[in-house]
Amino acid sequence: MTTAIIDTSTANIASVRYALERLGARYRLTETPEEAQECDRIILPGVGAAGPAMKRLIATGWAQALRKDQRPLLGVCLGMQLLYDYSAESDCEMLGLIPGRIERLDPGADGPWPHMGWNTLTPVKSDEPLLEGVPAGAHVYFVHGFYAPIGAHTAASTQYGTGITAIARKGHVAGCQFHPERSAKTGAQILTNFVKGAA
Amino acid sequence: MLARRIIPCLDVRDGRVVKGVRFQNHEDVGGIEELAQRYAHEGADELVFYDISASPAGRTVEPEWVGRVAKAIDIPFCVAGGIRSLEHARARLFGGADKISINTPALENPDLIDAMAKEFGSQCVVVGIDSRVIDGDWRCHKNTGDPSRTSTEHRKTLDWIREVIDRGAGEIVLNCMDQDGVREGYDIEQLAAAREVCSVPLIASGGAGAMEHFRDVFQQADVDGALAASVFHKAVIAIPDLKAWLSDEGVEIRV
Repeated sequence: MTTAIIDTSTANIASVRYALERLGARYRLTETPEEAQECDRIILPGVGAAGPAMKRLIATGWAQALRKDQRPLLGVCLGMQLLYDYSAESDCEMLGLIPGRIERLDPGADGPWPHMGWNTLTPVKSDEPLLEGVPAGAHVYFVHGFYAPIGAHTAASTQYGTGITAIARKGHVAGCQFHPERSAKTGAQILTNFVKGAA
Repeated sequence: MLARRIIPCLDVRDGRVVKGVRFQNHEDVGGIEELAQRYAHEGADELVFYDISASPAGRTVEPEWVGRVAKAIDIPFCVAGGIRSLEHARARLFGGADKISINTPALENPDLIDAMAKEFGSQCVVVGIDSRVIDGDWRCHKNTGDPSRTSTEHRKTLDWIREVIDRGAGEIVLNCMDQDGVREGYDIEQLAAAREVCSVPLIASGGAGAMEHFRDVFQQADVDGALAASVFHKAVIAIPDLKAWLSDEGVEIRV
C-alpha cells in the first residue's frame, strides 16, 4: 500500500511526510496525477490560501483528476477545504467533491481569530472509519481562520465560536480540518486508520 | 473548548539546549531531539526552539536540525532566532517547522512581518517581544541573546503589539524580561494589559516557577499559552503533573 502525497509546492508537506515515516507507511511525493498511478490512496495537504493552491491543482492536472478519481482521498487543513465547492477566503471555486462553502470563522467570545491550538473532537457519524479507536473528546491541533459549517457531510465536529466541521466525508473523499500529523497519539491513530485501513 | 497550551521553550546554542538567568550564565541542559521527544511524550502542547546565539552574531539557525525535530515529534513547533528574510523563514517552514518567530528583525524591519504573513499566512508568523519597564512604561528590547549588545528600543510594548497585529502577525509571545529565569511568577499585570490590545493568540513567557503561576496567568491574564524553560529542564515541574493539576483547578487543558 502506497499513499500519494500531492505536492503543490505551495504547502509545507514535510510534516505530513515525516508523520507517515513515523507510522512506517510507504508514500510517494507526486506533483502530477501520472506520478500517483501506482498509489492506492491520496493525501492532499495544505497550508496557505485557497486561491493559489487551487491554481496549482488546476495547472498540474490534479483538479481534473481528483474529480474523477475513486481512490480514498484525505484532505488535511486547507486540503480539506479545497474539497468543497467554494471558499470565501479567496472568492474562488474549488474541487466540488463535497457540497458546501468555506466561510470566515467568527470565534466570538471563545477567543482570538484564527482558531489555533488543541480542541476536542465530537463524533457526528458513529461509523466514521477515521475515528476508529479515537475516544470522543480527544484533542487535536487546529490552525485555521476559515471553516466548513456543520452540514450533511460532517463526520466529526469541534466548537470555537460556532460548530466547525472537524472531519468531513462523502464516500471515498474525506478531510480533516485539524493537522493529524501534529496531533500526537490521536492524530497518529487517525492517519493510521487512513493509510492502513479501508477508510 | 480550546485548550490552554503548555509550551516548553528550548534555548538552543551550538546545537545544544541551554538555559540562563536573565539571558546570562547559560548552562547546558541537553540535546535537542532528546528533549523535544521527552516533552512531546510528557504532554507538551507545542515547543519553541530559540537559537539565542543567532541574532547577536548575525548567524542563522541551521535548518538541518529543524528537519530532525520535525521527524522526531508529532506536536507543533516554532523556530525562532536569526530569521531575517523570507528565504530564512521558508527554509524553516519547508523543513517542517509549523511556525517561525521573529523578534529583533521585526523591530529593525517591520515590513518583514507583512511580507511573511502575505507569503506564508498569518498562522505561521509569530512575533516575539522582549519587554520590561523603562522610564515608567513597558518597552521593547532587542538583541537579547548577548548582554554586550542588548540595546533599548524605545518602542512602547503595547503600541508595538497593535502594530505587529495590523501587519499580519498571527501570534504574540510576550517575554517579560524582569521575570525571566527567576521563577517568581509571570508578569500578570503586563500580560493582562497586553491581552487587552492583543486580538491574536497571546503566549506568556518569563517567570514560571510553580504550578500556581500557570493557573494564575491563564485565569488572571487570559493568555492562550504559557511558555517556560527552566522549570521543565530542571524537573522542578513535571508536565503530566502540571496538566492534571491545572485541569483540577478548572483550566481547560489537553490531558
